Amino acid sequence: MRKPARPFLRRVLGAAALATVVTMPALAQQPAPAAGTSPTLDAIRARGTLICGVNTGLAGFAQPDSQGVWRGFDVDYCRAVAIALFNDPERVRFVPTTAQNRFTALQSGEVDMLSRNTTWTLSRDTSLGFDFTGINFYDGQGFMVKASLGVRTARELDGATICVQPGTTTEQNLTDWARSNRINFRPVVIERLEEVVQAYLSGRCDAYTTDVSGLAATRSVQPRPADHVILPDVISKEPLGPLVRHGDQRFADLLRWIHFGLLTAEELGVTSQNVQQMLNDNRPDVQRLLGRTGGLGQMLGVDNAFMVNIVSRLGNYGQMFERNLTPIGIQRGPNALWTTPGGLQYAPPFR
Amino acid sequence: MSDITANTSVPRSAPRREAPVATTGALAWLRANLFSGWLSTAVTLALGYLIVRAVMGLVDWAFINAIWSVPIAPNGQAQTQACRELQGSGACWAVVTEKHRFMLFGTYPYEQHWRPALVCVLFVGLYVVSAMRRFWNWTLVPIWMGTLTVIGILMWGGVFGLPYVPQERWGGLPITLILATFGLAFAFPLSILVALGRRSNLPAIKVLCVLYVELIRGVPLISLLFMASVMFPLFLPEGMNIDKLLRAQIAFILFAGAYLAEVVRAGLQGLPKGQYEAADAMGLSYWQKTGLIILPQALRMVIPPLVNTFIGFFKDTSLVLIIGIFDLLTAGKTAIVEPAWQGFGVEVYVFVGLIYLVFCFAMSKYSAGLEADLNKHRRR
Repeated sequence: MRKPARPFLRRVLGAAALATVVTMPALAQQPAPAAGTSPTLDAIRARGTLICGVNTGLAGFAQPDSQGVWRGFDVDYCRAVAIALFNDPERVRFVPTTAQNRFTALQSGEVDMLSRNTTWTLSRDTSLGFDFTGINFYDGQGFMVKASLGVRTARELDGATICVQPGTTTEQNLTDWARSNRINFRPVVIERLEEVVQAYLSGRCDAYTTDVSGLAATRSVQPRPADHVILPDVISKEPLGPLVRHGDQRFADLLRWIHFGLLTAEELGVTSQNVQQMLNDNRPDVQRLLGRTGGLGQMLGVDNAFMVNIVSRLGNYGQMFERNLTPIGIQRGPNALWTTPGGLQYAPPFR
Repeated sequence: MSDITANTSVPRSAPRREAPVATTGALAWLRANLFSGWLSTAVTLALGYLIVRAVMGLVDWAFINAIWSVPIAPNGQAQTQACRELQGSGACWAVVTEKHRFMLFGTYPYEQHWRPALVCVLFVGLYVVSAMRRFWNWTLVPIWMGTLTVIGILMWGGVFGLPYVPQERWGGLPITLILATFGLAFAFPLSILVALGRRSNLPAIKVLCVLYVELIRGVPLISLLFMASVMFPLFLPEGMNIDKLLRAQIAFILFAGAYLAEVVRAGLQGLPKGQYEAADAMGLSYWQKTGLIILPQALRMVIPPLVNTFIGFFKDTSLVLIIGIFDLLTAGKTAIVEPAWQGFGVEVYVFVGLIYLVFCFAMSKYSAGLEADLNKHRRR
């Protein structure tokens, strides 16, 4: 199927009315890749490393440690792709991207994929020209209040002062929610994370709102976390996941099935500790997941044992979650497997 | 006649006495300047009290109550409870102890940190050598070329058994120094050409220079960086990428060039017309006139505004944070993203601020000396 190449690019260029001569080659239609080939995968293989766009620093998701090694949940997804392709978690280059330049970095080919807590929305999927390859973290905006306030639900925040950071959709969500629930509130808008948290702690605001994962992280480092309550109401949907350029289905398939493979591994009880023993497990599901039968890896264009390699190094989905997100106080919640009540993580059959 | 002179003693001068204690020395100075009247005494005492309180508070916070290190759990999590229990009464320097290498060198491979460290030393050495007037001749060119080549080899590696380190892993102080040094080294000659061009009689050159200066000065540096980082890659054919750092570097050079050009032009304008005419009368060509008569005098006059621009520009390099390059300040901010270290921003900013201060203060002191030295003939 032929698609116009990078519509967003045209919009930007149209608006920018800059040196049209320079832009002519970029505007030329790119031939759609023939079925079965993947320009991104070819480029990665030729280069020998995956280039992965990550956040410049978000606790638990992507963040360099004291030795400068990238760690986090999103980072582990990049490493998983590198392991699938090269059987080496080090053959990946991390490019820190900001909220502003992340999409350009992907569109221009500066990075092969983004694994950067990006919310899946219709416009990003279509007019920006991306493919989201799954939801590896269900987030949503919530509220944190001091336990001494005695507030049980967000509805009781009528008349409250609420601390919020500007710029992202957080502020917009808050206004939308307040309007549809006829709640009056006074916003205290503070740009920097550290200052907004300080304002909440010092009592300048009754409540602090941001994504639940962020609230949990802030709460977990307080001297007495029990003094703060995260209200059960979640006022927005923030499904986060990796994304690739539109039009490279094979690469998108690989990312999608790595995520499903990690979920399936957790479902079947395959962990980094027992994956070698599990090779001899004769349940057909396990045999297929670990590449003993079915040849599923080859269908994706990688080694049949790719899930063995990934799980033995990084663990399954639950282990990745426990390693990166549990220490900063994030509960599984909606990110539990579908077999748990309230869990949303569901993988199609790995066969 | 003689009887008077014979036995009357010459009046001897009185024994030397010290001036009254209250009129000389430190005591007199104190009395004249700090305690000259009741109002002055009151202000002195009040301010003295405040200063002592502030200094004691600072010493308490920075040294006496400060915590210099915290235990690290086996899983790599820092145990910062001790720091949090201080409730701000003491500094938690443990964050600097734990994270200083990340702040200084970013995500550069840990076991290779000696390379960026050596690069920083080389940069400082380069500044010191360039500051010495003994080297103000053609030898400076090979020195710069050589040092910058060595710096490039150290940072990238890939030869002489040094492992290759791609650019996106560079970070911290070397990035700040690279952006500032290359930025100024290229922008300064550019600015001289543009300043001369703006005063040229050739209309095409003049218009070009005016356009360049006004366009660049008319937009904020942030938007230039955005153009370099967000728009420029879209113009390139897919798959072709120019290094992110290089794009930012070029944006910096263009930006600094425009500002410096105006400073240099101010120096050219400030020179009396007689100097130009005298040079013409001697039959010097345009380049001889400019190189031998005009520029040496013009640049000497504008040392203070030049250094002002240099210092501002050195600090502006921290704006690369918006395009995801880990310069010194961004690395510092990233260091406190980890939940265990959240809330210790002051300590990190003090650490980073001190590094900036050292470089900017050195620049400022050196330029003050240079200015005094070069403008001796103007002193009255």
